[in-house]
Amino acid sequence: MHLVYPVVIAAVLFSVGVYGVLARRNAILVLMSVELMLNAVNLNLVVFDMRWADRLHGGQVLTLFVIVLAAAEVGLGLALVLLIYRNRQTVDVDRLRTLHEDREEGARQ
Amino acid sequence: MIVLAAVAVLLPFAAAFIGMIFGPTISHLLTPLARRLRRSVPPGAANGRARTLARRLPANGPALVAVLPVAASTVLAAVVAVAQWQHPRPRTGTLTVVRTGGIPFGLSLEVDGTAAVVALLVCCVALAVQIYSVAYMRDDPRYSSYAAFVSLFTAAMLLVVLSGDLLALYVGWEVMGVCSYFLIGHYWHDRATSRAAVKAFLVTRLGDVGFLFGIFVLGLAAHSFEIGTVLGRVPSMSHTTLVAGTLLLLCGLAGKSAQFPLHTWLPDAMAGPTPVSALIHAATMVAAGVYVVARLYPAFLFAPAALAVLGVMAAISMLGAALAALAQDDLKRVLAYSTISQLAYMGGGLAVGTRDGALFHLLAHGAFKALLFLGAGCVIVAVGSNMLSAMGGLRHTMPVTFWSMTVGFAALAGVPPASGFFSKDTILSQAWHATRPEHTQAWFASTPLNSGVQRLTVSVPSVPTWTAWLVLAAGLLTAAVTAAYATRTWLVAFFGERRSATGAGEATGLMRWPVAVLAVPALVIGFLGLGSDELRPELGMTLVSLLFVVAGAGAVFLVWNRDPALDPVRLLGPARPFLRDGFRLDAVYDVLVVRPLVALAEMVVHTDERAVDAAVVGTGRGTRRLGGLLRRTENGNPQTYISGVLAGVVLIVLAVVVLT
Repeated sequence: MHLVYPVVIAAVLFSVGVYGVLARRNAILVLMSVELMLNAVNLNLVVFDMRWADRLHGGQVLTLFVIVLAAAEVGLGLALVLLIYRNRQTVDVDRLRTLHEDREEGARQ
Repeated sequence: MIVLAAVAVLLPFAAAFIGMIFGPTISHLLTPLARRLRRSVPPGAANGRARTLARRLPANGPALVAVLPVAASTVLAAVVAVAQWQHPRPRTGTLTVVRTGGIPFGLSLEVDGTAAVVALLVCCVALAVQIYSVAYMRDDPRYSSYAAFVSLFTAAMLLVVLSGDLLALYVGWEVMGVCSYFLIGHYWHDRATSRAAVKAFLVTRLGDVGFLFGIFVLGLAAHSFEIGTVLGRVPSMSHTTLVAGTLLLLCGLAGKSAQFPLHTWLPDAMAGPTPVSALIHAATMVAAGVYVVARLYPAFLFAPAALAVLGVMAAISMLGAALAALAQDDLKRVLAYSTISQLAYMGGGLAVGTRDGALFHLLAHGAFKALLFLGAGCVIVAVGSNMLSAMGGLRHTMPVTFWSMTVGFAALAGVPPASGFFSKDTILSQAWHATRPEHTQAWFASTPLNSGVQRLTVSVPSVPTWTAWLVLAAGLLTAAVTAAYATRTWLVAFFGERRSATGAGEATGLMRWPVAVLAVPALVIGFLGLGSDELRPELGMTLVSLLFVVAGAGAVFLVWNRDPALDPVRLLGPARPFLRDGFRLDAVYDVLVVRPLVALAEMVVHTDERAVDAAVVGTGRGTRRLGGLLRRTENGNPQTYISGVLAGVVLIVLAVVVLT
């Protein structure tokens, strides 16, 4: 199999993920987009592991690591999203702006 | 012998530190002892005085620490002086030589005849001042630090007098400067006093800079800072070096001894406590300048130009200060200007080549000026004012002070049996000799210059004749003016009607006795000079100067006798305020020096605020504004941030791709 197909699919997946992270408003969808990006990376890792076929199969090992990390990240992320929803009754990322810079105070300093 | 001298220097030095730190503690420790002592004195009216003594003296720790070491130093200085008198030879001792990489300097003492006598004078006056201060400053809360500074002052002056090394001498010289600052500014909460202290400090500092460089010039030319070595190498130095070095040393003399261009600090220094004025004016500070020039006199003899400058300076100071003294209203300021005038006599004596005459006058002046100042302190305490207009008729109420100060004024005016007569006439006679150059040449050539290590018998260039004439003329006129103001002050303060309402009585014993005891040397010290050819007054000059003295004193007496209630100085008329302000020299300095300096300082401050500070503040403000622009992008939406990061990554990748 030619290396181009999986790499292109991975690139497309990653792009979709990036788009989701940057553009979606729903926090859960943002999390899912992050998963998409991670899986794009996983795909790359597996493909290039096949291509180089080294004795230790570092690509596959790293993929397992990433899957575990992704699971943990989703667990934590979903918990955060749930807490935010419980406090604010919304998971719209655009409306969660408590971290923004207070312009008035900045002007006074 | 040298060890005794060293101990004499170190005792007041140690006393200063012990008194400063442990003075009050010693008081606390001594109080129970004093109580026991008081109980041991049997009760009864006859023992009243003893009980007072037992109550007051032992419990005053700072006073004990101040008086006892100076008393011990006085004894040691007397022993050294007697030993020096019996076996006159310079004695030196070096503690250690400090290697500096360049010319080494030694921590050494050198005692010769003059040093021993001047040291004795310093110790005696300091002892009198310390005893007097115990009573004068009794109610002062800061007596402890005051006494400590007086001790330190004494130690510094003794170091100047006995030091065998120019740099060690300079250390003492500077310590005196700072002590005078602290002591003049003792009543610092008064604005005028603290200003006077700062003025004294700054003006003398101006002279000290010259002095330090004078030391450097002489020391570098001689490749040594040891006084004996420096003087021994004087004949081999170039004329330019000597003139430069001695003129720079004269700056130091003008500053410390309050001579003409730099004398303005001395009258203002009267703001300090009266015993301090006595100490500064009689034995320490002002005497140091004249003494150092006398010590380094061979260097001056080889630089007649410097002696001519000294002569002019002395002539101006002599007459000007005497005239200013005539017009003063404040008793202490009269004495202050008289100090400038009398020190100018010493300077004039040095300028016409009579080193011993100058030192003789230094001793006599030390005795009678200490007496006059301490007596003035008694009068001021009794009357409650410095002003002559508040005094009058005090001779009945204060007999001891009156008679002592009469001796002092007689010595100041140069009335025959008193000391000032002999010493002043010595200087005038020598000035008369110096007006005939061939005589001067012979005298110099025949006088072996005591250089400490080797004796020089080299013929030296003579003092310019016109300098001698100038000193002589100024000296004679000043003798008349001095007699006039001494008589006037004496008459106004002690005769006539009583002008103060307060019951002016005699001062306490501790204040009265130092004054009375000082009257003895002030009266008889002049006779010591009869043993030497150089110091014996000559008949012709004596008669001439007596004529001037009688003229000055007689004129004032006649004016006063017409109406004893009025101040005889009223005849000066419109010139009086001008003279009282010291020829308005302060105003001239204000215009010429102070204001341009202040303007310059303001300009510097302005530049600092408008340029340097503005640059710093402007940088800060600009950075903050730039930061404000960036802050706009911080809207709290993480997606925007990440978009920015992504855009940055893309840009960087593009840049890398395009540029490589």
